Order: sequence, then C-alpha cells, then structure tokens
Amino acid sequence: MSSAGFEIRAISGHAGPVPGAGLKREFEVCKLIDTTTCIGCKACEVACLEWNGYSFSETKFDNSYQTMPETSWNYWNLIKFNEHEDPDHGLMLLMRKDQCMHCEEPGCLAACPADNAIVQYVNGIVDFQQEHCIGCGYCISGCPFNIPKFSPDARKVFKCTLCVDRVSEGLEPACIKACPTGCLHFGTKPEMKELAETRAEQLREHSGFANAGVYDPAGISGTHVIYVLHDASNPENYGGLPSNPRIPWTVQLWKHPLKWIGNLAIVGGLLGLVVHYLRFGPKTLEEDKQKKPGAGQ
Amino acid sequence: MSEDTRVPPGNVLRYSFPERLVHWLAGFSYVYLMLTGLAFWSPWLFWLAFALGGGTISRELHSWVGLIFVVAVLLMFRMWHRQMHETAVDKEWWDAIPHYIRNEDEYVPTVGRFNGGQKLLFWGFLWCGLFLLLSGLILWFPNWVPWNLRYLRYIAVIVHPSLALITIGLFIIHVYMGLAMERGALISMTRGYVTIAFAKRYHGLWYNRVADDPSAKNETP
Ligand code: HEM
Ligand code: SF4
Ligand code: SF4
Repeated sequence: MSSAGFEIRAISGHAGPVPGAGLKREFEVCKLIDTTTCIGCKACEVACLEWNGYSFSETKFDNSYQTMPETSWNYWNLIKFNEHEDPDHGLMLLMRKDQCMHCEEPGCLAACPADNAIVQYVNGIVDFQQEHCIGCGYCISGCPFNIPKFSPDARKVFKCTLCVDRVSEGLEPACIKACPTGCLHFGTKPEMKELAETRAEQLREHSGFANAGVYDPAGISGTHVIYVLHDASNPENYGGLPSNPRIPWTVQLWKHPLKWIGNLAIVGGLLGLVVHYLRFGPKTLEEDKQKKPGAGQ
Repeated sequence: MSEDTRVPPGNVLRYSFPERLVHWLAGFSYVYLMLTGLAFWSPWLFWLAFALGGGTISRELHSWVGLIFVVAVLLMFRMWHRQMHETAVDKEWWDAIPHYIRNEDEYVPTVGRFNGGQKLLFWGFLWCGLFLLLSGLILWFPNWVPWNLRYLRYIAVIVHPSLALITIGLFIIHVYMGLAMERGALISMTRGYVTIAFAKRYHGLWYNRVADDPSAKNETP
C-alpha cells in the first residue's frame, strides 16, 4: 500500500471496492499558483529537486528562460515562459509553474491497469506507487496535461507527488516553502479557491485585467492545483495549458463501454459454446457410426 | 507427398511438418499474448500477469511475443494465402452454415482444403495481427510519441483492445471446432494426418485431388 497514511479514495487496476473507504474524513488540499506574481526565479524547481533527491538535469536552451521543453521523469516542476503581445498591456512575459495538477478525476489512474500503481487519496493527492508500476505507459495516454514521464532506466513512470511525504507530516510542499514572492500557497481547497477568487477580483478591478480568473477546470471535476491567470479565457497562452482538459474520449470508451461489451461477448460466447455442445455434441463420421452402432444421434 | 511425416494406412497427409510448426508457433505465442493481454484488460484478471512472469516482465514479454506472433502469421500467409481465396463452393458452404452448426453435415456442400470458416479465421488473424502490431508498437513506446502526435496514442489505445477482442472471438471458435467438434482435427495438426473418412467428409474436393495424385502440391483451394 502507499507510503502516506492518508485515507484512499481510488486505486488503479483494482478489482472490487477500495478497502476501508469512508472510514475517515479528510480535508481536500490544494496548491494555488498565482501566475501574476511569479517572477520566474525557479526557486521551486530547485527545491523540488532537492527534496526529492534528484540532481540537476542538463538544461536545454530553446530561446527562452525555460530550463527544458517539458517536465521529465526526474524534473517534475518546470516554469514555462511565454512571450505574449497583449493589446492592452503590451509585451508580457507569462510564467507558469507546470507540474501534476492532481486532478479530481485523474485520467492517469483511469488508464492504469496495474493494481495499486496509482492511488488517489481522499485529500486529492494522486500518488504513483513505483513498486507496483509495470511500466506500460498507459497513464501517459490518460493524462490531459502531459505529466507522467517514463524513465527508460527504471522502466517506470514518475511525476510530482505534491510532496505527499511532507504533507503527511503536516508540512507544505517543498516548492511552496521555497517561493520568495508568495505567489504559491497551500491549504484546503475551499480556502485556496477563495483566496484565488479574491486575487482575480483584485486584478479585474484594480489592475485592468478584465479577463482575470481562476483555472480549476470542470471537465475533470476540478484540480488540486489551481492557477490565477491574467487572462483566464486564454489558458493556452501559458505554455499550452489546455482550455478544456478532459480524459481522452478513446480512453473513456476503452475503460467503460468496450470493457463491458468485451466481457459480455467473451462470457456469452463461452456459455453459447457449452450450450451448443450439450445440444448438438461433436460431429460424427461414418467410421464412428460403424464402430459404435446407434451412437452419435 | 512430403517425406517428413509417416502416414498410417487408411489416412492421408493433411499438414506437413513446416505447416504444423508454424501453426504452433502462432498458437503458443497467441495464447501468451491473450492471457497477458487479458491481465492488462481487467483488474479481475491482473493475477494472470503474476502467473506469467510478473507485471513488469509480462508487459515487456507481451510486446516481444507479439512480434513473434506476427512473424508466425506472416509465415502462415506465405504458406497458405493461395489456398485461402474464397471460391464458389465457399459461398454455398456459407449458405449452408445453419446445417453445419446443427451437425447436419449431409446438407453441407463438400469443399476444398479449407472451408469458408477456416478462410475467415485466416484472414481475420492476418488483418487483426497487422493492425495489432501497428497499434502495439505505439503502445510499446508511448514516450517516443511526441505530445502533438498524441492522437496516435489515443487511437492505439482503442484499436488494440478492440482488435484483440475480435481475435479472441475467432480463437475461441477455432479451438472449439478443433478440439470438440471435428474429432480428428487435432491429430491433423499434431501428427499431420487425417483418416480418409475425415478427409472425404469435411474436405472432399481436396481429398479427390490428393487421392488421385498423392504428390499433388497443396497450392490451390
Ligand atoms: C493477436 C495478438 C494479440 C492480442 C490478442 C493482444 C492482446 C492485447 C490486449 C488484450 C491488451 C490489453 C489491452 C487493454 O487492456 O485494453 C494488449 C496490450 C498491448 N499489446 Fe497486445 N495483443 C496482441 C498482439 C500484440 C502485438 C503484435 C504487439 C506488438 C508488438 C502487442 C503489443 C501490446 C502492447 C505494447 C500492449 C500494451 C502494453 C501492455 O499493457 O502490455 N500486442 N494486447
Ligand atoms: S506505467 Fe502508468 S499506467 Fe502503467 S502501470 Fe505504471 S503507473 Fe500504471
Ligand atoms: S495531471 Fe495528469 S498525472 Fe496529474 S493527476 Fe491529472 S491525469 Fe494524473
């Protein structure tokens, strides 16, 4: 089972109900990222590496301040830099801290076939259990945010844990701890939602960002990492943040209707053959009839 | 007639040694694919993955055995495709399928080396096998598919299990026919021969051909 002692809500690839479901009530946690006060210092990138014990990877320069094009299996937290020409505000440098969103409906977990390789706690954290991961990479196809990354050496998949090991000890995630501007916050989901809405209202009323808003996408029933954006109507501008993320529909088709159609067809087919055999029996040849007169009809 | 199989009196050679070998290469590799595939298909069957090498190993072997299976299917194609085209008799055979199902074989037209159902199985496995390979390759290396080509992964994720289900249907019927229905068929695929009664009943046109000329090559339907 998982390393953190949290109450579990969902288990990947698990036959039957979640053991001990509903025993305890727990707060839903949330990380709030205010892109409007991020200065792109990357302290959170370093803190993430430090806490999780990875060494600094080679950077890949792509004409921006960004450390590398995407997060990787040993680099879970990446500030995405985007230049944006805004009609009202001129040239803006948009900075968005990219990491696992800890979806309320995690596509990674829905797609995973291995029992216990991904668990979702009642507090909203989605945590990969590498000792149970079989390295199939289905989670990569389930995630709408391009987050789970395969390690060719470990042959397993890794991503941000929302510092589940710190949170279970009552600490905030390492990135929150490191942020010098206070653009990162950690608390319960209702608290963070309220703080985010207050900030968005401030931006709309006092800073001239008429479209400022909170990113907590409904297509996956919300996330446990939420953003304040200057322009919530164009999340794509922030390093490709999807405007309406959903679990890919083929993944849903595969995990729901196809599963039931397939199971019914296999079981129904096998039962049909048993009935056929009982009704008609094997085919007989002339030679069988000669050997055993009267047999076969 | 090939030298590689000893045929007892009263029997005729049906499958040569290379044909039997390729068939069982496909058969055993398919069974491994089906069982490990089913393990990844349903949480209720995930224990199969532990029985077949452990989760990580069976995931890895599934891909490699998939390659072996496709090679076997392609070899089968090379051996048999000339005999697998549908003929006029096969259409009559399909028309008589209710009789065939009810074991009223006296109303079923006599056919060549393979009947319509066997031909369907052959083409079904060939086409499903090729597209299982294509979709399987994408699923094998998900980390090589760039984010802007992710639709390939979304297609593979639905194509692979759908085709696998079709092959499972073909497979179940095939095994039932071979083991339970047509007594004598299993020996033809293990020892290579069938009784003359079997040959006449199920593949009369083929039997007439080989009975006239035992050295006749199995090259036509
Ligand atoms: C007719 C033969 C095959 C059958 C019956 C079969 C069956 C399956 C099934 C049922 C699954 C699980 C899919 C799911 O849960 O939706 C699967 C997954 C997979 N198959 Fe196949 N498959 C076959 C051939 C192949 C071939 C030829 C390849 C590639 C070389 C391949 C590679 C894979 C891979 C990579 C996966 C996903 C990774 C995994 O979970 O192991 N398969 N297969
Ligand atoms: S690779 Fe992803 S989907 Fe596959 S077992 Fe591991 S966590 Fe689950
Ligand atoms: S962002 Fe991706 S990896 Fe994270 S919980 Fe959502 S689906 Fe899973």
